[in-house]
Amino acid sequence: MTADVVPETTQTYDCRQAFADELIALATEDERIVAVCNDSVGSSNLVRFRELFPDRLINVGIAEQDLVGVGAGLAIGGFVPFVSAAGPFLTGRATEQIKTDAAYNGLPVVLCGQSPGLAYGELGPTHHSIEDLSWMRAIADLAVAVPADPEQTRAAVRWAAAHDGPTYLRIPRFKVPSVTPRDAPFEPGRSLQLTSGGDVTVMAVGTMVSRALAAAETLCAEGVGVRVLNMTFVEPLDVEAVLRAARETRGIVTVEEATTTGGLGAAVAGIVAQKHPVPMRILGVHREFAPTGSAAFLLEHFGLTADGIVSAVRDLVADDRHGGAQ
Amino acid sequence: MLTTDPAGTVRFRERRRRVAEEDLAGRLRELGQLSTDVRRSVVRMIDGAQLGHIGGDLSVTDILVTLFGGVLAVDPEKPRDPDRDRFILSKGHCAAALYATLAHSGFFPLSELSTFMAPLSPLNGHPNRRKVPGVETNTGPLGHGFPVAVGCALAAKVAGRPYRTFVVLGDGELQEGSNWEAAMTAAHYDLASLTAVVDRNRLQQGARTEETKRLEPLADKWASFGWEVRGVDGHDHGELLSALRPSTTGRPVAVVADTVKGKGVSFIEDRVEWHHKVPNAAQVQAALEELSR
Repeated sequence: MTADVVPETTQTYDCRQAFADELIALATEDERIVAVCNDSVGSSNLVRFRELFPDRLINVGIAEQDLVGVGAGLAIGGFVPFVSAAGPFLTGRATEQIKTDAAYNGLPVVLCGQSPGLAYGELGPTHHSIEDLSWMRAIADLAVAVPADPEQTRAAVRWAAAHDGPTYLRIPRFKVPSVTPRDAPFEPGRSLQLTSGGDVTVMAVGTMVSRALAAAETLCAEGVGVRVLNMTFVEPLDVEAVLRAARETRGIVTVEEATTTGGLGAAVAGIVAQKHPVPMRILGVHREFAPTGSAAFLLEHFGLTADGIVSAVRDLVADDRHGGAQ
Repeated sequence: MLTTDPAGTVRFRERRRRVAEEDLAGRLRELGQLSTDVRRSVVRMIDGAQLGHIGGDLSVTDILVTLFGGVLAVDPEKPRDPDRDRFILSKGHCAAALYATLAHSGFFPLSELSTFMAPLSPLNGHPNRRKVPGVETNTGPLGHGFPVAVGCALAAKVAGRPYRTFVVLGDGELQEGSNWEAAMTAAHYDLASLTAVVDRNRLQQGARTEETKRLEPLADKWASFGWEVRGVDGHDHGELLSALRPSTTGRPVAVVADTVKGKGVSFIEDRVEWHHKVPNAAQVQAALEELSR
């Protein structure tokens, strides 16, 4: 199996198009919707939005602190701002503005992290947004949503616009296949169960969901039943689904295109450790700057592939058989 | 969330009517009295909490009083009216002066001021919009209020609403780069409804601004960023009233208000150690005596 587990015949999508289309649809219905960006009209896919709503596209130039503060001010003025920038700069440069101006103020600011995770590949660690889930999850009152495909991206845009509070939306750029059943709910603290295997649970977000499904197929052929959950919200997390997985399966593997210091895996581990300890494997980037390489190369380098997930599940099962869990 | 004080609202409206109708001497009498009331409240609040930023509170008082006493189109009974003028205190550490000004304007009862920084009080050491009516945005870390004010002014422009936006900045605060990002944005979007007031007391926490990181030529900096610049005595209510009039150029307005840190209490004035020093009992008495003259 190769790093890119999606068969060539499966259609894949860059979720930025779904983001842009849904934002335009929403803005057409609701005059309160504005877009705010940092010279990222192109990379945020907002060119068409600007053509349709020239007055409602605010470009503050290359100034991320100003970007988020201006977004908060627009919310105080009654608008619902979609504040859009490359994930590393939005969440890194403007962390304090996200904390103070958006979250502590409790304003409906939608922070859209574009090209997150390792999407910028060869551009290097300065442009990778793998710390974002840890940073954003640490901020009170901030919802952290990671859509997995175009369907969920559209649902996330709708949900965030209606949410009476701040949201961090991580918009995938790395192409992904469709993984969400039609009309699936999109709610905070609610995961989607995609397979019903009973041996091990794999919890994934974003670009990792399709890889978790591919891993489940391989493992099923080996006689290992995998329950795949698309967690969708890292905050608020579906705590009930985590506890059910801990009670009903032998262990949990989490997988995210992010550092493992404070994102999905850390959130799940925090619940499991306190309420119902079971073996876990936490897949992601373990506090390391990436070497040079494309996004696909780096995902393979860090084991963020179907193969990597299969290995982690096998390892967990083997450990469990040897009594490692108890 | 604190709630409006009906009696205070009546006093606020009567004061605003007198300031609008009386001659200059009458206006100055009204605003001067309000400044004295606010300063006395500030001294008592800091004494009660044994915490606070007395120097900056006293330097910014006349600016806040002029805004709430004679300029801002706000209604204490409708603090979230969509067409209210927006006011943001970016130098959020001077929360005591803001709280006192809001309470003397009826946004919440004066009796609440005695809870300043007490456990579970809505009156935190830095202002919170979710707890205190009249506060538009939470400030404290410096360099935050100005970009938010630019967003408020942009909202008015995009929505075609008539309200104005005012932001008060500390001078030391201008060492934060986010302010200059905001200054560029405001000028680029021709936000004539936006006024930034700099409380130019020339002191910051540890030393004089010009010894720490030079701000001068400050007026030239604002002008070069595309702002209409007005220089005033930041303790002269009449000059402030004039300087806070709308833009005449279509550009955003920067008011550089020359102030004295600790203004009104002789032994605190222009002394760096009084950034956040707390007066002892004798000093509180002496301060209140000076502020009753």
